Amino acid sequence: MTPEQIIFLIVAGATLVSGLMVVSTRNLVHAALWLVATLFGVAAMYAILNAGFIAVVQVVVYVGAIAILFIFAVMLTRRDMRDSGPQHNKNWWAGAFVSVLTFGGLVALFQSWAGFSKTAAVIPSGFDAVGLLGSQLTSPEAYVLPFEVASVLLLAAMVGAVYVAFTRK
Amino acid sequence: MNFWNDPLKVAAEWLEGIFTGWGLDAVFAHVLVVFLGVLLLITVLMVLDIFLVWIERKIVARFQDRIGPNRVGPYGLIQPFADIIKLIIKEDTTPDGADKVVYNLAPILSMMSVLILWAIVPIAPVMLGVDLNVGVLFMIAAGAIGTLSIIMAGWSSNNKFALIGGFRQVAMMVAFEIPMLTMLLIPTIFAGSMNMNAIIQGQGSLWYFVLSPLGALIFLIAIIAELGRAPFDLAEGESELVAGFNTEYSGMKFGMFYAGELLHAMTFGGIWGILFFGGYRFFGLEQVSPFLAIAIFLFKALVGYWVIMWVKYTMMRIRIDQMLTFNWMFLTPLSFVLLMVTAFMNALLAGTPTWVYGIGMFLSNVVVGWIAMELVRSYSRREREKIEGPKKVAEAHH
Repeated sequence: MTPEQIIFLIVAGATLVSGLMVVSTRNLVHAALWLVATLFGVAAMYAILNAGFIAVVQVVVYVGAIAILFIFAVMLTRRDMRDSGPQHNKNWWAGAFVSVLTFGGLVALFQSWAGFSKTAAVIPSGFDAVGLLGSQLTSPEAYVLPFEVASVLLLAAMVGAVYVAFTRK
Repeated sequence: MNFWNDPLKVAAEWLEGIFTGWGLDAVFAHVLVVFLGVLLLITVLMVLDIFLVWIERKIVARFQDRIGPNRVGPYGLIQPFADIIKLIIKEDTTPDGADKVVYNLAPILSMMSVLILWAIVPIAPVMLGVDLNVGVLFMIAAGAIGTLSIIMAGWSSNNKFALIGGFRQVAMMVAFEIPMLTMLLIPTIFAGSMNMNAIIQGQGSLWYFVLSPLGALIFLIAIIAELGRAPFDLAEGESELVAGFNTEYSGMKFGMFYAGELLHAMTFGGIWGILFFGGYRFFGLEQVSPFLAIAIFLFKALVGYWVIMWVKYTMMRIRIDQMLTFNWMFLTPLSFVLLMVTAFMNALLAGTPTWVYGIGMFLSNVVVGWIAMELVRSYSRREREKIEGPKKVAEAHH
């Protein structure tokens, strides 16, 4: 086994275990912290795949903003900080079933893809992944329209949030 | 390639030779050497951190017209070691009802968020951990870990002062991350890269401070807020919150937060130096020897650290509403406007000689800063008149 494989196995194992802990722990803040660990694991996976930009953005957006907001919301809305009360419903088996089904479906789908069993091509040195991503996102031939639509959607969400929170004097 | 031109590489090759001589696989020998390199960097940083305690205490003493530590050793140099021994042998208390794992993890994460920054800091032309092509963004990602550690400390302590402190700090860090990230994009525009080393290499003829003094200033304000130092130290707020998020921590766990803060301040001083003052570059001296480059970088980092201390010990604490208003209503719009103006001027002045580019950029910064100050002045005048009435005009007439 190469060091890369060992690192991959460690990261994948840690990600899976923390993902499982997110849904199985009773304490909401702990669940949020396990979610942070899962998101870090996914970021490490991107880094292993040589997608440095996506890895860093994953941490900035998901850990730095979204997970922190989750924790904030939990802390501000729960009166008891060490909340470990009863579950809201007993549908955990349905959730487990759906997740196993999704995983199985993804594996089956990938098996029919030709690139599944191939070794990835070596990235040539001096390959500017960030520059390429940027030009793809802003080029009219590529993804400028989806990019702008997503931006407008986020802007609309922001305007809506401001409207809801705004108190008229 | 001799030792004096690239000491780390020579040492790494020598060590790898020894390890493979012991019969170790070449790949594993390489991994081991990299690991040892990281360990060496962290050790050097932690030892430096010990002396930062002494530097900080000496300088705050001078600001407050005292002498500072002067009893233990020459100039009180042994004082931090005595402090560390005290912190280590102090009783390690855990409050009742604390969330033990999270409580113990928080100081470690706090220290980690600082040390991880050094992975991308180029100390000398040939000495840097990772030549990451998104180095600038990596800084923000490391800041996210710091935010997380503080919210963990505040929540797990089972103490309302700690929780309030944690809330304040997180509100502040999340808010000031926006002008900070925006200002990080300004050196990125100038250098055309997010790579730290490319940003330093781009400052051959002109420091980015000259091109964007306003950007450097906003970045300094944002890093001081990110550090949670005065005037933004309301998360600690010892006159209202005991010690904020680290109220319940004792012994070396408190020491981790404290040492982390000092090292963080120096690291941010160094990053300020890298982004706006040319990092290890100083009139070609960095080409002479990597050791000289380290000295130059360290000097710039300590100057940046001194500026942060100067602000800390001169300003008073601001209230949380003032802090939030200042950030969301002034700093964030200003940094957005500055970014747009810089990007526009960069496109406009592309291809012009360096002096035209420099003067154009500098003047656009001055104009943006001046307009912002005028807007703030007229706004505050209106606010004042709303409260005091237009009596100033009446006084002027009689």
